[in-house]
Amino acid sequence: MSDKDQFKVRQEPFYQQQGNEVALYEAAYRNRLPVMVKGPTGCGKSRFIEYMAWKLGKPLITVACNEDMTASDLVGRYLLEAGGTRWLDGPLTTAARIGAICYLDEVVEARQDTTVVIHPLTDHRRTLPLDKKGELIEAHPDFQLVISYNPGYQSLMKDLKQSTKQRFTAFEFDYPEAELETSILARETGLDADVAAKLVKIGQAARNLKGHGLDEGISTRLLVYAAALIKDGVAPRDACRMALVRPITDDADIRETLDHAIDATFA
Amino acid sequence: MTETAYEHPLMKAYWKQLNSGFPQVREVFEDCMVEALAVLSRDGVSAYLDAAGTIGRLGRGVEPILVFMEEWPSVVQALGEEALPPVMQTIQAMQKSPNGKAIAPFLQTLAPVARRQHALEQLQHYLDIALDLMRRTTGSIHGHHTTFPSPGLPHFFQQAPFLFAQLSMAGVRNWVEYGIRNYSKHPERQEEYFSLKSADARAVMQRERHGVLFADVERRLDLYLRGLWQDSEQLVPYSTAFDELRKPIPYYDKLGMRVPDVFDSSNGVSGIDRYRAVLAHMVGHRRWTTPIVADNYSPFQRMAVEFFEDCRIETLLIREYPGLRRIFLALHPQPAEDACDPEHMSCLRHRLAMMSRALLDAGHTYQNAQIRDFAARFREIMAQGESSTRDIADLALSFVARTRLQSDQFAQVWFDDTVIDYRDDNRHMWVYIEDSDDEDFFDDPDKKLKKESELHSLPPRHYPEWDYNSQTYRPDWVSLYESLHPKGNAADIDRLLQKHAALAKRLKRMLDLLKPQDKVRIRYQEEGSELDLDVAIRSLIDFMGGSNPDPRINMSHKTSGRNIAVSLVLDLSASLNEKVAGSEQTILELSQEAVSLLAWSIEHLGDPFAIGGFHSNTRHDVRYMHIKGYREHWNDEVKARLAAMQAGWSTRMGAAMRHAAHYLSAQKADKKLMLILTDGEPADVDVHDERLLIEDARRAVKELDQKGIFTFCINLDPKADEYVSDIFGRRYTVVDNIQRLPEKLPQLFMALTK
Repeated sequence: MSDKDQFKVRQEPFYQQQGNEVALYEAAYRNRLPVMVKGPTGCGKSRFIEYMAWKLGKPLITVACNEDMTASDLVGRYLLEAGGTRWLDGPLTTAARIGAICYLDEVVEARQDTTVVIHPLTDHRRTLPLDKKGELIEAHPDFQLVISYNPGYQSLMKDLKQSTKQRFTAFEFDYPEAELETSILARETGLDADVAAKLVKIGQAARNLKGHGLDEGISTRLLVYAAALIKDGVAPRDACRMALVRPITDDADIRETLDHAIDATFA
Repeated sequence: MTETAYEHPLMKAYWKQLNSGFPQVREVFEDCMVEALAVLSRDGVSAYLDAAGTIGRLGRGVEPILVFMEEWPSVVQALGEEALPPVMQTIQAMQKSPNGKAIAPFLQTLAPVARRQHALEQLQHYLDIALDLMRRTTGSIHGHHTTFPSPGLPHFFQQAPFLFAQLSMAGVRNWVEYGIRNYSKHPERQEEYFSLKSADARAVMQRERHGVLFADVERRLDLYLRGLWQDSEQLVPYSTAFDELRKPIPYYDKLGMRVPDVFDSSNGVSGIDRYRAVLAHMVGHRRWTTPIVADNYSPFQRMAVEFFEDCRIETLLIREYPGLRRIFLALHPQPAEDACDPEHMSCLRHRLAMMSRALLDAGHTYQNAQIRDFAARFREIMAQGESSTRDIADLALSFVARTRLQSDQFAQVWFDDTVIDYRDDNRHMWVYIEDSDDEDFFDDPDKKLKKESELHSLPPRHYPEWDYNSQTYRPDWVSLYESLHPKGNAADIDRLLQKHAALAKRLKRMLDLLKPQDKVRIRYQEEGSELDLDVAIRSLIDFMGGSNPDPRINMSHKTSGRNIAVSLVLDLSASLNEKVAGSEQTILELSQEAVSLLAWSIEHLGDPFAIGGFHSNTRHDVRYMHIKGYREHWNDEVKARLAAMQAGWSTRMGAAMRHAAHYLSAQKADKKLMLILTDGEPADVDVHDERLLIEDARRAVKELDQKGIFTFCINLDPKADEYVSDIFGRRYTVVDNIQRLPEKLPQLFMALTK
């Protein structure tokens, strides 16, 4: 059981509800429905899942997906040992065994063939066949699968298959409203509300440029970074340049425009 | 009048020293001396008189000495007395050349130039530029011993004050240099250039202007509108260079926001920030201004309403972005309270400008009770919210009523420090119930647009040309007209292909080899579709030997495709009509065959492929004809165009390459290839310097390189080795045996893209 404990979320993560998503998620969990969370980067998807895991008191196993990830990275593989081989469970198998919430972050990044292995876990079967090992795992009653998916960098190559998409219930997240975002910044870092409001304003200026040279606007996460720097005594203009502008663009025109937005906001 | 007209003995001595017999000089002598004595030292006065005397005795009439005497004191004021020797040297040099007539215009420019430059070295630069221009444009007619004066020099002096107002010293030098280089042998054109009448004179000047050019920051401004104001609008620049008297001001209407084409930095605000201030102000109007009926207001009332409304808008803008306050305040003039005297002038503008300043700047220092009162009332209204155009208009009207003066009607209006140049003309603010008599209102912009869109032929495209002598581009030098190639009989091309059926068969075999092989093996995979035996065995040996085996023993397959876009540019100049030695066919016919075969092969490979032909008849008429577009298939229509191919005129290669590159660079392909099929060196009838178009083509190749386009030249000129490598480096091939071209061309293409 210590295995299970290490995946527990011990402290309450700060999560500001935007609508009724907490109640909806609880309903989904009661029915063990797989959940997909969509939304631009840094808008609070992972935080939400972490918060729900804490609220439900279930262990959370997070897997960050990347394009080199293979099915065996999820399910498990045989390792060679001096005397022969030994089977090692992958994170998905572990979660199914111990009854954790398994969170596959940025699942589109994984190769399409690997996303298919989750299919039997996400329908009525709730099983995970380990074909290499010749074992069929019945998922623990507490097990739930959650994936996150950022439609922002959707390209022809990186999209979920319909057969995968249609196995999930979905939440769509976006950057919070200005007031809410201000209160999140203030709450997360302890910054004064009006400085936080200014940061949010700069963030919105950048979000307006999405599609005009910016792939993605300034995320709430970056705003929190900037707020943390300001709280630490960094001059607001420097903090904003460092945390908000430099990370998101190499385009000189956009950089200049956002720098101007910073100067215009922090007079 | 006699010499003793001067009562003062000192004045008399000065007159004597000047030693001039012109009565016109005597009339102004005393005034000039009073001015000169105020700024010149004792030695300076003496040098001044000597110099003036010398100028008077040049034999150029009275004008030079008059100009000198009047202008010199202000030159000294700006630059000091050391400026005299170089100026005198310049005059001497002009006197010795046939350009003596230009001395008076030259002297006239001294004061304005000096006032702008403030440094002796700068003046020296100016003199150097003038002398350089003089020497290089003063010519001798072939075979005669006499020389004729520089045609451009007097015009240059006429334009100099204007030029220095717009350009930096380096800019003026470049501008002059350009004129000398291109028009030194062409007196009429030279005059046109140096009097700023020709289009390229203006274009080159625009390029050299100081300040932030609109063209350089357009995208940034667009982003600014979108990012900070969630607005987007067409930005249209207007020229500020040529309207000295009536300065246009920003405005917006249905067709877009009009902004000046250049902004210098002013009062610590950079050019780009001035643009932003203009845009922010206009956006503010679009957000918060509701048009009101103008008919019942007098012009003064309207002006006051505009000033107040502008301030309301700016207050709201500053509320949104506090950083704008600094920019607005720095750009807003600060009229001195007692600058305008209401006894003699109309002070309405002055009063409103002060009011406007007071409304914006809480730290203003005006004591006028009305201004203080209205500023307080304005702030009170604004403290309650956004207010509205209507409410602010009422406040403005009561301001006009309370501060009205009899003198407001005077014709002479105080203008200093009252122009707020980032504000637009507020034309959007008013609705007129009755049509005004202004001409503008009859001018329906929609109608104009419609007329333009009815034009059938495409307007010319302009391309620059590289001048290797000066290492600069000649802006918009070449006019290129593009069109679809007329059609002929497609069957002709089919017949040509028939003739080469055997060759086609051979090519087909080669093409099959080149075709995308679809599957590519990727080895060293931990997960893969197949076991890679070689690696697996090696791994097993490692394992048996007790060392760490490589787990990457699988392999998988990946599909790979060709991703090449090709543009074939054909030289259709007159020389193509020549017959090939030892054959009945012309080069044109052989080219047709070759191109047909190439097009057929590329069609088989499936690469996007375009064909265009070009020829030129001077820089004003370069023709580019589309024979095949990238998305078109090798069908009868394309064949018909190819069949109608005709040769004529000359080869201006650089422009054609730039144009073809314009389309090629828009193609989405990993590799872009431009093939140029030509039979001679670049040349045109209006270019006498053989190297010029070669260097331009070479430059075009470099530009294309930067765009990621690979150029390759297929040259049919046996003597091509002399120049082709200058243009294309090593990317060329010379086909000596032209009869084999149909065979060579597709093979070459395949070799290039293998």
